[in-house]
Amino acid sequence: MRIKLLAVGFLALATAGCERLPKSLDSAGRGAEMIADLFWFFTAVSAIIWIGVVAALIAALFRRRDRTSERNAEETDRAAHDRAARVVVTAVGATVVTLLALTAASYFTDRGLVNLTGDNALTIDVSARQWWWAAEYASSDPSQRVTTANELHIPVGTPVNLKLSSADVIHSFWVPELTGKQDLVPGRQNVLRLIATRPGVYRGQCAEFCGLQHAHMAIIVVAEAPKDFEAWRQRQLAPAVEPATDEARRGREVFLQKPCVMCHKISGTPAGSRAGPDLTHVASRRGLAANTLPFTRGSLAAWIADPQSVKPGSKMPLTQLTADELNAVVAYLEGLQ
Amino acid sequence: MTTEVVKEVHLRDSSLPDNELHAVLARTWATPRGLIGWLSVVDHKVVGIRYFITAMVFLAAAGLLAVAMRLQLARPENGVLGPDLYDQVFTMHGTTMMFLFGVPVMEAFMVYLVPLMVGTRNIAFPRLNSFSYYMYLVGGVMLWIAFAFNTGADAGWFSYVPLAGPEYAPGKRVDFWAQMVTFTEIAALSVAIEIIATIFKQRAPGMRLDRIPLFVWAALVTSFVIVFGMPSVMVSSTMLILDRLVSTQFFNPAEGGDALLWQHLFWFFGHPEVYIIFLPATGFISAIIPTFARRPMFGYLPLVLALIATGFLSFGLWVHHMFAAGIPALGSSFFTASSMMIAIPTGVQIFCWIATLWLGRPVFATPLLFTIAFIVTFVIGGLTGVMVASVPIDLQVHDTYFVVAHFHYVLVGGAVFPLIAAIYYWFPKATGRMMSERLGRWNFWLAFIGFNAAFFPMHILGLNGMPRRIYTYPLESGWGSMNFFVSASAVVLAASFVILAWNIIYSIRKGEPAGPNPWNAGTLEWTTTSPPQDYNFARIPVVGASDPLWTAGGLAEAHGLKVESRELVVTTTAEAQPDLRESSPVPSIWPFLAAVTASATLIGSIFTPWAVVWGAVPVGVTLIGWFWPKSVPEDEE
Repeated sequence: MRIKLLAVGFLALATAGCERLPKSLDSAGRGAEMIADLFWFFTAVSAIIWIGVVAALIAALFRRRDRTSERNAEETDRAAHDRAARVVVTAVGATVVTLLALTAASYFTDRGLVNLTGDNALTIDVSARQWWWAAEYASSDPSQRVTTANELHIPVGTPVNLKLSSADVIHSFWVPELTGKQDLVPGRQNVLRLIATRPGVYRGQCAEFCGLQHAHMAIIVVAEAPKDFEAWRQRQLAPAVEPATDEARRGREVFLQKPCVMCHKISGTPAGSRAGPDLTHVASRRGLAANTLPFTRGSLAAWIADPQSVKPGSKMPLTQLTADELNAVVAYLEGLQ
Repeated sequence: MTTEVVKEVHLRDSSLPDNELHAVLARTWATPRGLIGWLSVVDHKVVGIRYFITAMVFLAAAGLLAVAMRLQLARPENGVLGPDLYDQVFTMHGTTMMFLFGVPVMEAFMVYLVPLMVGTRNIAFPRLNSFSYYMYLVGGVMLWIAFAFNTGADAGWFSYVPLAGPEYAPGKRVDFWAQMVTFTEIAALSVAIEIIATIFKQRAPGMRLDRIPLFVWAALVTSFVIVFGMPSVMVSSTMLILDRLVSTQFFNPAEGGDALLWQHLFWFFGHPEVYIIFLPATGFISAIIPTFARRPMFGYLPLVLALIATGFLSFGLWVHHMFAAGIPALGSSFFTASSMMIAIPTGVQIFCWIATLWLGRPVFATPLLFTIAFIVTFVIGGLTGVMVASVPIDLQVHDTYFVVAHFHYVLVGGAVFPLIAAIYYWFPKATGRMMSERLGRWNFWLAFIGFNAAFFPMHILGLNGMPRRIYTYPLESGWGSMNFFVSASAVVLAASFVILAWNIIYSIRKGEPAGPNPWNAGTLEWTTTSPPQDYNFARIPVVGASDPLWTAGGLAEAHGLKVESRELVVTTTAEAQPDLRESSPVPSIWPFLAAVTASATLIGSIFTPWAVVWGAVPVGVTLIGWFWPKSVPEDEE
C-alpha cells in the first residue's frame, strides 16, 4: 500500500493538471485492476531506481574533491577505486534481485489474466473489419444469437470470453478500463477474457494500425446489471420494428431499392447482407460509423449523405439520394430501436 | 632474386626523415581530383563524412515530418494532414529515422573513427565501403522521391501484413519501402564486414584485445549484431516483394501463408536494430566519460562483457513486440524474463560510468553535458522498457503513446543525445576546429527541456487510451490539452537541432583551431593531426596501454612499411602482434559503377521481375571490372 501511495504521488506529480487517473488505471474490470496494481508496483520500483541513479550521478559530478592529499594520491585513488567497485557490485546485485521480483510479479499477474474466466463464460464472437466491429453472441440455439456492431453489452460480474477474429487486416481490441488489448489476426482466433466490475459505458478503439480510418474505429462496451443486460438481449433478439409513419415506410422502400441493401442486414426485411454492420437495432446504439459520430438525426443524415467526408476512405460508398429519400431513410433508421 | 634487392627497390618509412615521409605518403594516399576521382574515393574518412552528412539530412527531413505530425495532433479533429498523407508521413518518419538516419549515422562514426582509433591507414575493404555508401544514398533518395510523388510508404515502418500485402496496399508504395530496406541492408552488412575485419586484423601493434578502446568494442559487437540480425529483414522484405510482385503467398493466411510469420521475421531483426543504434551510442559515452572525468574508465572488463552480453541477449527479445498478437502464455513469460535480463548489462554500464565520474574530476564541456542528459533520460526509457517487458503491462500500453514515449526516451535519450555529444567531441578531430561552447550550452538546455516536455506527457496520454498512428482524435477524448502541450514542446526540441546545425556550419569556418588533441584524450585518434592526413598516421603507433596517449613516455612507432604504395600492418587477432604487410586498394570507379547497375536492377525489380534477369548482366560486368586481377607483384614477405 505504501508503495502504491508513493507511486501515486510520483505519477500525480507527473500528471499535475489531469483531474483524474488515466483510463487504463481507473479500472472497471478485473483484468484492468490486476494490471493497474502491477503497473503501480513497477512504477514505484522504477521511480526509486531512477531517483537513486540520478542522485548517484549528481553526487558523482558535484561531490567535494579533496585536493590536498597529493602525497598519498595513488593510495587514496586505489582505496576509492575499491570502494567504487564494492558499490557497483552491490548495485548490480540489487538490479538482479529487483528484476527477479518484477519478473515474478509479472508472471503471477499474467497467470491471473489467463485464468480469469472459464470456458462456460458468456462468449461473444467479435470480428473486426476495416473499420468497424461485428459481434455475435454465441448460443447453441441459433434463434438466441444476438448480432450487433460497434457496441457490446455485457453483464457486470459475469465472466466474458471474446473470441476475436479478423476478416481483413490485423486489428486490436482494446477497452482500457476493462482489460489489456488483444489483436485480431486474420487466419487465427484469439480469446480475450474479461469481467466487468463496475457498471458504465466504456469506449475503446482499435489499437493496431489498420489503414486509413484506424483513428475512427471505436467500440463501446456497456457494462450493466445482469437484468438490464437480459432485457437488452431480448430486445436485440426481436426483429426490426415496423416503421410507424408514412415517411418511415417510404424510407424502408428506399433502403430496399438502393444499394444500401447490398451490405446491410435488417432482420424482418429482405435485407440480409453481412458485409456492413447489422442495422436491425441501429437506433438502440450510441454511435454511428464505428462511433465516429454520436447517434443523432443530424449525424445520421450527414453520414448517409456523404460517408466519404465524415470518414475518408470508409468502405461505405456514396449513395445518390434526393433530399426526400434521405429524410425518409433517416426517419426509417431512426425508428429501428 | 633476394629480398635485399627488393628492399632496395622499395622506399620505406624507416629510411625517410619526417618531412619527406609526409610528402611521399601524401602523394601515395591522395584521392584523385575531378568528378571521377570524387566518385572513386576509398578514404574511410571521406566516406564516413559523406555517410554523416547524408544521415543528418535525412534526420532533418524526418524531423520536419515529426513537426508536421505534431501540428496535426495539436488539436482534436484537426485538418492539417488528411488520413492518407498522415499515414505516409508517420511511415516515412519512422522508416527514415530507423533505416536512413539511426543506423547509417552510427555507421558513419564507425567508418570514420574505427581505423583512426585502432591506428591504421584505411578501413578494410575500402572499395566495398565506397560501394556501400552509394547503395545507402540511392536507397534513401529513392524512397523520398517516391514520397514526393505521393507514393510514400504508408503501412508503418514495420509494414505489417496483410495491411502491407498486395490486397490491402495496392500500388507501389510498399514496394519502394521494401526495396529501400534491401538497399540499406546491403550497405549496413558491407560496413559491418569492414568494421569486423578492420578491428580483428588491422589494429596497431600491441593493441591487444584488452587495450581496444571501448567505442571500438561497441563497433565490433554492433557489427556482429548487424551480420546476424539484418539478413532476417532482408529475407522478409524480399518475401513481401515476392508476395506483391509474383504472387507468392508467404503471408496470406487464405493460401496457407501466415500473417504472424512477418512479425517474427521483422522483429527478429527489429529488436536487435535498436541495439545496433544503441550500442555505438554507449561506445560514444565510454569514449567521452574518461576524457571529461580525466581518468581511465572504471571497469573496462565488465563494460566489454556488458557490450557482448547485450549483443547476444538482443536476439532473445523479439517476441515482446508481439505479446498482444496471441502468443502462447508460457512462451510470452520466457520473453518477459529475457527482456528483463538485458537490463543487467545495461545497468553494469551505467554504474561503471557513474563510478568513473565519481572517481574523476569532471570538466563540464558540452559533450559531458549531453552525456548527463543521456543518463538521466535513458534510464527512464530503460525502466519503461522493463515495464513493457511485462506481458500484462504491455497488454495495456502496447501500441499506445506510452510506447511512443518509451522508445523515444530510448532512441533520443539513449542514442541521439550521445550522438550530439559525439559530434561536439569529435568535430575538432574531423575539421580541425572547435564547436562553440556557448551555442553548445543553448543546444543542451533546449534539447533536454524540449525533449522531456514533449515526450514525458505521452506516457500519460497512452495510459489514457490514446493509440499510436491515429491521424486525429475526438474532442471528447480529453487528450487535446496535453497534445497541445506536447506539440508546443516539440517546437523547443526542434529549435535545439537548428542550433546544432548552426553551430556545425558556423564552426567549420569560424571555430577556434583545435590542434591534434584539444580535450587531452587518451585514445589513438588524438595523436594525429586534426583533420587527419589522407594516410591517418605518418608512422604506425605501437600501443602499450588502453589509453596510450595517457601513458608516460609517449608512443613507440612501428617501422618498415612501404611508402610509395599503399601498405598497412596486419596484426594477429588476439595479441595484435605484427603479422603481415598488406596492400590497401587504391581509388577505383568500379564500386560506383557497380552501385549504379545494382541500383538500377533493384529499382527495376519493383516494377517487373525481369529486371533481375536483365540487370544481372550489367551488375556482373561491373563486378568483373571491380575484381579484375591486377598484375601487381605480390608482397614479398
